Amino acid sequence: MKIGVFVCHCGSNIEATVDTAEVARIALTYPDVAHAEDSMYTCSEPGQDNIVNAIKKYGLDGVVVASCSPRMHEQTFRRTVERAGLNRYMFEMANIREHVSWIGKDREANTNKAAELVRLAVEKLRRDAPLHSKQFDVTKRVLVIGGGVAGIQAALDCADGGIEVVMVERESTIGGKMAKLDKTFPTVDCSSCVLSPKMVDVAQHPKIKLYAYSEVESISGFVGNFTVTIRKKTAYVDWDKCTGCGTCTEKCPARHSPDPFNECVGETTAINIPFPQAIPKKAVIDARYCRKLTTGKCGVCARVCPTGAINYEMKDEIVTEQVGAVVAATGYDLMDWTIMGEYGGGRFPDVITSLQYERMLSANGPTAGHIKRPSDGREPGVVAFIQCVGSRDRSIDRPYCSGFCCMYTAKQAILTRDHMPESRSFVFYMDIRAPGKMYDEFTRRAVEEYGVQYVRGRVSAIQPIRRADGSLGYILRAADTLLGEPVEVEADMVVLAVGIEGAHGAGELAEKLRISYDKYGFFMERHVKLAPVETNTAGVYLAGVCQGAKDIPASVAQGSAAAAKVLSLFSRDKLENDPQIAQVDIKRCVGCGKCVDVCPYGAIKKIDFRGQPKAEVVETVCQGCGVCNATCPQGAIQVSHFTDNQILAEVNALCQF
Amino acid sequence: MASIRLDQVRDAGFLHEVEEESGQNISTCYQCGNCTAGCPGAGFYDRQVSQIMRAVQLGLKDEALRNRSLWLCLSCSTCTARCPNNIDVARVMETLRHMARREGLVQDRPIESFWKSFLDTVKLTGRSFEIGVMADYMMRTGRGWGNMDMAPAALLKGKLPFLPSCIRGRDEVARIFKRYAETKKEGQQ
Repeated sequence: MKIGVFVCHCGSNIEATVDTAEVARIALTYPDVAHAEDSMYTCSEPGQDNIVNAIKKYGLDGVVVASCSPRMHEQTFRRTVERAGLNRYMFEMANIREHVSWIGKDREANTNKAAELVRLAVEKLRRDAPLHSKQFDVTKRVLVIGGGVAGIQAALDCADGGIEVVMVERESTIGGKMAKLDKTFPTVDCSSCVLSPKMVDVAQHPKIKLYAYSEVESISGFVGNFTVTIRKKTAYVDWDKCTGCGTCTEKCPARHSPDPFNECVGETTAINIPFPQAIPKKAVIDARYCRKLTTGKCGVCARVCPTGAINYEMKDEIVTEQVGAVVAATGYDLMDWTIMGEYGGGRFPDVITSLQYERMLSANGPTAGHIKRPSDGREPGVVAFIQCVGSRDRSIDRPYCSGFCCMYTAKQAILTRDHMPESRSFVFYMDIRAPGKMYDEFTRRAVEEYGVQYVRGRVSAIQPIRRADGSLGYILRAADTLLGEPVEVEADMVVLAVGIEGAHGAGELAEKLRISYDKYGFFMERHVKLAPVETNTAGVYLAGVCQGAKDIPASVAQGSAAAAKVLSLFSRDKLENDPQIAQVDIKRCVGCGKCVDVCPYGAIKKIDFRGQPKAEVVETVCQGCGVCNATCPQGAIQVSHFTDNQILAEVNALCQF
Repeated sequence: MASIRLDQVRDAGFLHEVEEESGQNISTCYQCGNCTAGCPGAGFYDRQVSQIMRAVQLGLKDEALRNRSLWLCLSCSTCTARCPNNIDVARVMETLRHMARREGLVQDRPIESFWKSFLDTVKLTGRSFEIGVMADYMMRTGRGWGNMDMAPAALLKGKLPFLPSCIRGRDEVARIFKRYAETKKEGQQ
C-alpha cells in the first residue's frame, strides 16, 4: 500500500506551534508512507490539486491529511481523493489543530503529538478498505412537536410545500405563548388577530394532521425513517363528537379550578375550553378538579352535552406515525421566580408576572381587559415594572439575557397608559436591549410619548405596607444609578419581567430525539452560527425559543428556516447511508442476540441461516454507533473502519515505547 | 470641574490589589445598583456603594478610598446578599477600609477612633464595656457629651453597667491582640 501524508499549516493556526515540516519528515518513516509534505492551506484549491497530483504521481492508494477537525473538511478531502480516482473512504484525517496547536504552546511537544496522531491515522488507513454507500427510501412526512407560532409556521410552510405534517401539541389548543398575549411589539397590533388565521390554516390544511392534548411518547429510527409513538392524553371528552359549543363549561359546578391558560389569574371550570379562538375548539376535563371523577357524584356535563361527547371512562390512547424528519418547536416556560424572596416570592398578591399582566390586558382574559389588583380588584394608580427578574443573575445561576423582556415591558407600560390614562408607570431596568427593526424607536416612544419613567437600577426589595384606607401598597427600594442616589417608589401593583428557561420536559424530549440540551433546557443547535436550525442528529431540526431566547419575528423566521431544511431533505427521493456501519462475520456469530437487544436503532435482526440463528444488519438503518461492536462477546460484529483490529493497531502505534 | 482623564489617572494595579486582597472578581460588576438600593446607610453616604465599585473598576484609587461612606458602612452585608453577580461587596468595603488606613486616607477620624476605643475595651476586659468605650472615645476625640442624653434611659434599662464584667480567659483575648501586633510588625519588616 502507498500512503500520502499532507500536513497543513492552516496559515499560522497550526504552524505557529507545530513544526509541520518536521511532522511530514517523521511521517515518511512510517510504514507504507510513500509521500509526505507540508502545505500552507491544504483545503484551498491549489492544496487540493496538489493532493490529486500527488496521488497520480506517486500512485497512492490512500491519503492522510493532518489539519483541522473532521467536522470542518472531512467531506472536502473525501471528494478530493475521489476526484483522483480513489475510493472516498480511503482517506483519514488527523486533527492537529483543535487537538494540538490550539491547546498547547510548547512547539516541540506539539510537534511530537502531531506526529503521533499522524501515525495513528496511517495505521488506521493501512487497514481501511474501499466502502460504498447504499441508497434508501425517505418517508416524506414531518413531525412538528409544539404548536406555538414557530411550530405553526414550520408546519404551514412544510404543508404548503406538499409535505404531510403531523403536529403534536401538549395543551388542548395550539397557539402557544403567543395566544396568551394581548398585543405584540413594536406595532401594538392584536396578537390573536395575527395568530388566529394561521391557527385556522393549521386546522383546515389537508396536509396537516393535528394531535392536540398529546405528547410524544417515543421516537426510534433515523433520518428519513423515524417511527413516532404519540400518547393522546385522556380528555374525558370524545373530540369527534364535541362541537365546542361550551354548554358544559357554563353548567360545570366545579368553578374553582386553576386556569393555566390565564396563568392562574382567576379560576375556571373543571371542564374547560381555554379561549374562544382555540384550535381545536374542544373541551377537556381536568381530572384533579372534576367532581364526577374525584367524588363520583355529578355528571352535569354529560347530562347537558347535546352530542353525548362526555366519557368518564376514557383512557390514554397510543398512536404510531411514520415520519422522515422532526421539527422540535417546544418553546419555553418562565423560570420559578418564587425563589426571589426579596420580591415576595409569590406571597404578595399584587406582585405578578408579565404573562399574568398580559392576560389581564387581554379582552378575552379573566378580567375582560381591565387592569385590576388581585388584592382588592381596584385599578392601580402606580404600576412598577421590574426587568431582569431571573435574567442576567449569576447568584441564582441564570446568567443569560432572556432577550425579549425589554420590549414587552415597554409595550406593557404603553398599554397601561392606554388602559388607564391617569396612571403612572415606572420601569426599573439595567440596560435596554432593543436591536430589532423599529425596536429602539418603540422603547423611546414609551418614554417620550407615554411618559413612562425609566429608572436605571435593580430593585433591591419590595416591602408591602398597609395604608390608612386598609389597602395594600408596595414600597420598592432601588437605586437610580444615573443619579447616583437611592430611590423609592410606592406602587399599587408590580409586574415582574420574569426570565425564561426551556419548556418543562424539554430535557426528556431531547433524550428521546437524541439531541443535546443545555442545563437551562434549551436545545443545542449543530453550529451556533452556521447551523442554527440543525441538530447533531440528522433529520431533527429546531424552531423558536426551544433553541434559545427569541421574539416572535425571529421564531417565525426560524420556523420557516426549519421548514426549508425539511423540504430540501425531502427534495431527494433516496438518501445515501454512511457505509461505515456494522457488519456481521457469519462464521463467528453464535446467534446470542445481544447485539439485537442493545442496538438503539433496531438495525439488527435475527435470521435463520441454514437452521442456525445469526444476526443480520439492515444496512440502511445502521448508523455506525458501534454499541453492538462493543457488546458482541465473539467479536463477530464489527463497524467498518472502526474494527477492533484498527483500534488496537492505533493503540499499538501510540504505545510503542 | 475638569473631567477625569481615565487614560492618565487609571491605576490598574489598584483594581488588581483590591481583587487580590478581597478575593472578589470586581470585573463581574455590571453596575445594576442593587448594592446601593438595599444599603441602609445609603442616605448618609457621600459616595454610593455602586459608585465605589465603579471607582475600583476604573482604578480610581483616590475616589475609592477618600470618602466617608467606607466608615459609615454598617457591614450588614445586604449588598452581598443582593448582588446578582455573587460579589461579596461588604468584603470589598472592608478591604477598602484597610487600604484607606494604610494609605492614611481615613475620611472620618471619629468613627475610626470609636472603633479603636471599642477594641481597647475588648483587649482589656475580653468583651465590650460601654462606659469604658465612651470614656476612651471622649479622650481620643476631645469631643463628647453629645450622646449623654441617651445615658439616663440606658442606665434605667440596665444597659450601662458602671463596672466592666470581665470574661473568663480575658488573657487569651489579650494575647490575640498581642499576636496580631507582632504579625503586623513582622509584616512591616
